[in-house]
Amino acid sequence: MSVATEILQPNVKTGKETIKMSGQKVCVHYGEKQALFDVDLNIVANQVISLIGPSGCGKSTFLRCLNRMNDTIDICNVSGQINLEGQDIYDKSIDVVELRARVGMVFQKPNPFPKSIYENVAYGPRIHGMTRSKDELDELVTSSLRRAGLWEEVKDRLDQPGTGLSGGQQQRLCIARAIATKPEVLLMDEPCSALDPIATAIIEELIDELRENFTIVIVTHSMQQAARVSQKTAFFHLGKLIEEGPTEQIFTNPHHKKTQDYITGRIG
Amino acid sequence: MANASNEHIVSSYEDELTQLTRAISEMGGMVEVAITNATQALIRVDHDLANQTAKADKAVDDMQRYIDEKAVSMIARRQPMAGDLRHIVSAIHVANDLERIGDIAKNLSRRVKHIDSQRVSKQLYNGIRHMSDLALAQIKRSLDSFTLRDANIALDVCRRDDEVDALYISLFREFLTYMMEDPRNITDCTHLLFCAKNLERAGDHATNIAEAAYYLKTGENLYYDIESGKVQLN
Repeated sequence: MSVATEILQPNVKTGKETIKMSGQKVCVHYGEKQALFDVDLNIVANQVISLIGPSGCGKSTFLRCLNRMNDTIDICNVSGQINLEGQDIYDKSIDVVELRARVGMVFQKPNPFPKSIYENVAYGPRIHGMTRSKDELDELVTSSLRRAGLWEEVKDRLDQPGTGLSGGQQQRLCIARAIATKPEVLLMDEPCSALDPIATAIIEELIDELRENFTIVIVTHSMQQAARVSQKTAFFHLGKLIEEGPTEQIFTNPHHKKTQDYITGRIG
Repeated sequence: MANASNEHIVSSYEDELTQLTRAISEMGGMVEVAITNATQALIRVDHDLANQTAKADKAVDDMQRYIDEKAVSMIARRQPMAGDLRHIVSAIHVANDLERIGDIAKNLSRRVKHIDSQRVSKQLYNGIRHMSDLALAQIKRSLDSFTLRDANIALDVCRRDDEVDALYISLFREFLTYMMEDPRNITDCTHLLFCAKNLERAGDHATNIAEAAYYLKTGENLYYDIESGKVQLN
């Protein structure tokens, strides 16, 4: 009976929302071309925020600003301010490698290292010197695989190559790898676009569980996925943040006409 | 731009949404005719018209089933969002209320054969006619608010439900007086009282339709507070 009561409990908002990351007047130029225009967006701790919008709207560009992945593109120039817990991540004193350990990323296409399943997960903690002994590392690999919902499927073949797994398993391996370094924020760039519906459902279930410990920013082209997994949704169009709000409101009663047109399939 | 008129990129989706609105309009027309005919049958004691009206209710029921099936199929296949989602959900609500109004028309028609027209005063029938006119006007306006997506008409319909209620209360008193005057009137007056009550309920369904129309247009829920007599936002 208690289970039923729990399920019936509405998702009550407890306490105040804490801002984990925030962007202020974020502009991005690729050479001459401006890709993002003055984006102001708060990312709330322990929530999932979806970034949606048509191709080329700037959502992935914004996502990549959050752990300075754009630094790897020479012609890319970011201005404005992005804070992680109040600290400017574009400040000179910031160690980018450390930043990326705090703000992890999962990509569209599963990209495991050409190493064993174990090594894929152990790599990050090892280079960041997070564990002191083999036992501790084993423990961390196991717990990361468990949290990524992959442990049961791979526990007997940890020494086999990660690339031998199925697409959905590979993506969960990448998530295990991303969470092994204990990031605070997890960025996901269309993590399910290459997966079948079952693998997608497993990842979505995982996202919901991970929210307890992480803050998640997900870029998705699937409106249904955004509606299913996120608490907040932000809609981008032509490099501008058009509307941001609770997911339920965005998908039932968007305030901006452009948002309405996009999510109902009226503008491409 | 193909979408300048704000139509769907997928034109078959747009067509389905249009069909849904059209089906609601058609169903609305059917129940308006049903209430008009049922009232006529009552007042003129026209048994043929009463039978016809009662039988016609099946078409209204079929229409509701059609709209429900269409809506469910669209939800399953199109995964509607935002305005489209509200459109489909409110269509289901409106079809449900229209079906209930159809039942009311059938119920009115069935009472025709139980009322001894010789005994009933013309004045009582006038009350019923007035009640029916008011309820019909409310139904018509509520359907307008839905098809035109006009929140102001919807609000107006909700506010005017008071008039229907007030008329019902005055008719109720009138019927009571007749019954007290002559107990032989009790059977007929009770039937007519039920008719008046049914028409008052039809007015309530019109209010529901207006609320659905308001939600469709604004995404906000309206509700009518009986205590304060005011329309409020939830």
